[in-house]
Amino acid sequence: MLNRTQAPSFNTIDAIHLLQPEKQVLPNGTPLFVLNVGKEPLVKIEWIFEHKQWSQAAPLLTAACNAMLLNGTTKHSSAEIADFVDFYGAFLQTESSFDQSSVTLYCLSKNLTVVLPLVKEILVAATFPEKELITYQKTQQQKLQVNMQKNDFLARKTFNEQLFGADTAYGCFVQSQHYDALTRTDLLKAYQQIYTANNCTIIASGLLTDDAVKLVTTTFGETDWLGEEVPLMLQLPQSANEKCKLVHREDALQSAIRIGKLSIDKKHPDYVGMRVLNTVLGGYFGSRLMSNIREEKGYTYGIGSNILSMQHASYFYISTEVGAEVCAAAIKEIYKEIKQLREEPIPAQELELVRNYMLGMLLGDLENAFSYADKFKGIYFSGLDYTYYDNLVHTIKTITPKQLQELANTHLQENSFFEVVVGKN
Amino acid sequence: MIDFKKTTLSNGLRVLVHEDATTPMAVMNILYDVGARDEQADKTGFAHLFEHLMFGGSVNIPSYDEPLQRVGGENNAFTSNDITNYYIQLPANNLETAFWLESDRMLSLAFSEQSLEVQRNVVCEEFKQRYLNQPYGDVWLNLRPLAYKKHPYQWATIGKELSHIENATLEDVKAFFFKHYRPSNAVLVIAGAVKYEEVLQLAEKWFGTIPAGEKYVRSLPQEPKQIAARTQTIKANVPLDAIYKAYHVCNRNDKRYHATDMLTDILSRGYSSRLYQRLLKEQNLFSDINAYMSGDIDNGLIVVEGKLSKGVSMEQAEQAINTELQLLQTEQVAVTELQKVKNKLESTAVFAEINLLNKAMNLAYFELLGDANLANTELDKYLAVTAADLQAIAQEVFVPENCSTLYYCAN
Repeated sequence: MLNRTQAPSFNTIDAIHLLQPEKQVLPNGTPLFVLNVGKEPLVKIEWIFEHKQWSQAAPLLTAACNAMLLNGTTKHSSAEIADFVDFYGAFLQTESSFDQSSVTLYCLSKNLTVVLPLVKEILVAATFPEKELITYQKTQQQKLQVNMQKNDFLARKTFNEQLFGADTAYGCFVQSQHYDALTRTDLLKAYQQIYTANNCTIIASGLLTDDAVKLVTTTFGETDWLGEEVPLMLQLPQSANEKCKLVHREDALQSAIRIGKLSIDKKHPDYVGMRVLNTVLGGYFGSRLMSNIREEKGYTYGIGSNILSMQHASYFYISTEVGAEVCAAAIKEIYKEIKQLREEPIPAQELELVRNYMLGMLLGDLENAFSYADKFKGIYFSGLDYTYYDNLVHTIKTITPKQLQELANTHLQENSFFEVVVGKN
Repeated sequence: MIDFKKTTLSNGLRVLVHEDATTPMAVMNILYDVGARDEQADKTGFAHLFEHLMFGGSVNIPSYDEPLQRVGGENNAFTSNDITNYYIQLPANNLETAFWLESDRMLSLAFSEQSLEVQRNVVCEEFKQRYLNQPYGDVWLNLRPLAYKKHPYQWATIGKELSHIENATLEDVKAFFFKHYRPSNAVLVIAGAVKYEEVLQLAEKWFGTIPAGEKYVRSLPQEPKQIAARTQTIKANVPLDAIYKAYHVCNRNDKRYHATDMLTDILSRGYSSRLYQRLLKEQNLFSDINAYMSGDIDNGLIVVEGKLSKGVSMEQAEQAINTELQLLQTEQVAVTELQKVKNKLESTAVFAEINLLNKAMNLAYFELLGDANLANTELDKYLAVTAADLQAIAQEVFVPENCSTLYYCAN
């Protein structure tokens, strides 16, 4: 007779094996990292450019420059570029974060030959037509108007402003007039500064034949897109004096809550341990915040916490949307959970679960060539090497409740937290 | 191409296995043939509420999530108008834990009053977060009853109103479970670093003894053909006017499905698509515009939706959409444009195959539609569509009397 109350025996994960890219340096000095992995005939290539400068007078410039890259070159109109990319079944995406701008190409291996020259053209000969700029400004301003009605959007932006300061790239809350201030001249200037061979890192993953790699090398290895070296401008946080901020919204059914603080970056020796502590608190479905505030109290559909490590700053935060009438109660519970991490060691059983869960997620993350590329990006731009992952796995397996409690006392003191509520409290 | 083997247990449970040795992981996907369309009109939102309750402990195992996380796994689920789908991802050498957990909750839930109480609250907060406290969040709560007068697609999976969820009782929950959560009403797919024979043994061991139960026979009121245009105007606290036009189309198993779906690709897939290039980029009438097919199993909808640029009137916006739809009726899609859409579908299909969970879900869904192997012939059906097919369907679908239009106006 089957005993259904008895859990089957299970195995733990001993090691995580990460495939590492091969590095090449193109003739013009651009580093190219290749992860030739997988059987399906497809590739992903990313061109990543670092942001060195930021101007308070034109906070949107890098993002707009990136978003408008595909809107025309000296040879092709925006519509022709779109047609070409779609006809070859490719996906060409642009993305801009605080620290970097990138262009990402997904395509079938067989179409790489025809699509790569277009990418080069976009990186060296984009024109930012005036008419396209007007369309961009209008559509983005309208999207911003919609976002300004969303509590979670407002909470995120307000929180960044409090934490990093309105006068920094990380904290600047973009407003409609910032779109008006964009000019074609400024866009072209930013373009020439950012999209250069010497500011570029190329990461290619997927089924990459030698011929494909050679093609990337010849197409992007030329010296015709070298640019001037741009000095790096530091973005030091200038946190607000006011620790709590309420953005009142009369008709809110729910309140968006964001609580957090400046934190340590990936290079700090405590960082990997903090990842474990974060998982316990709010990093998975069974976390303390989820168990208490969703599964016990039913205050929210979801709550979570995370640590984000960026180029010039890092932060730890908790975010959720809760029923407006239980907002104060939810905040109280959040602080209670953090306090408990400081005051009581994590029970062995719970910690064992978190260890196994985190290792399982790490293993599950390694699904295909693209995931290995993501793992590489996770260390490369932070100036780390693969020993980071060895250290992470080792820490997950061995960190003790006492060490975690010490981390909580060092890094999660209540008086260092900022708190933003959008809605009612 | 997704290879698989299939068997059916004596209690009616269909078991499909896809072996993929390139990953150390395994996926267990279990699809129950029940969705919001199977709800009573006065107890809507129930299939989805029930999905939440499936995590509240089963007859022999007090907690579902915890033992799974303990072996390095995670899980989630979703409910649509047609189906409820649960999945687990975990290291393949711990697959038996998934069998243990999933089979026990098919055997019977714990039916705890406390779990029901909490999940009622959680779902109410979900209702607020996604549908009420968001700009345009209630569009589908209005568009569905406008487009459907008889068929249960007239309500959203979250339910018609909060009170239906608030009033759910434990008796309702039990009845729903034993009516719908039976082996013969489910499709189980295991994929990843697994072997067919071993999976089969585990399936027999854990699921084989679950009683078959009574087979649920679906008999839903069918939607009569719409014969007159319908419109509704909403005023809300949003910054921009928006328009939503919903047209009735065929069901998922209809021969015309792929051509119908492809019409929305011509209209709105990618930056080169007609609506994006012409109505947004060239004419600046919209700041956002899209067309898509609902993909429902019963007769579905094509929806064209857009947010109007400032200064553009509702009449102007609607006229521009109508002009594009009429063009599909009067002129055949050019050879290169058709080829473009097919090329995109082809590469999308290749990219979809590098994701294990995606493969498992696809097998389960197509098995529900009649045959898991349909997952492998789907692309060919798209590639076989002709310009004449597209034109014929556009002529049939894009007529005023087949359309329900929602004007969503800024206060």
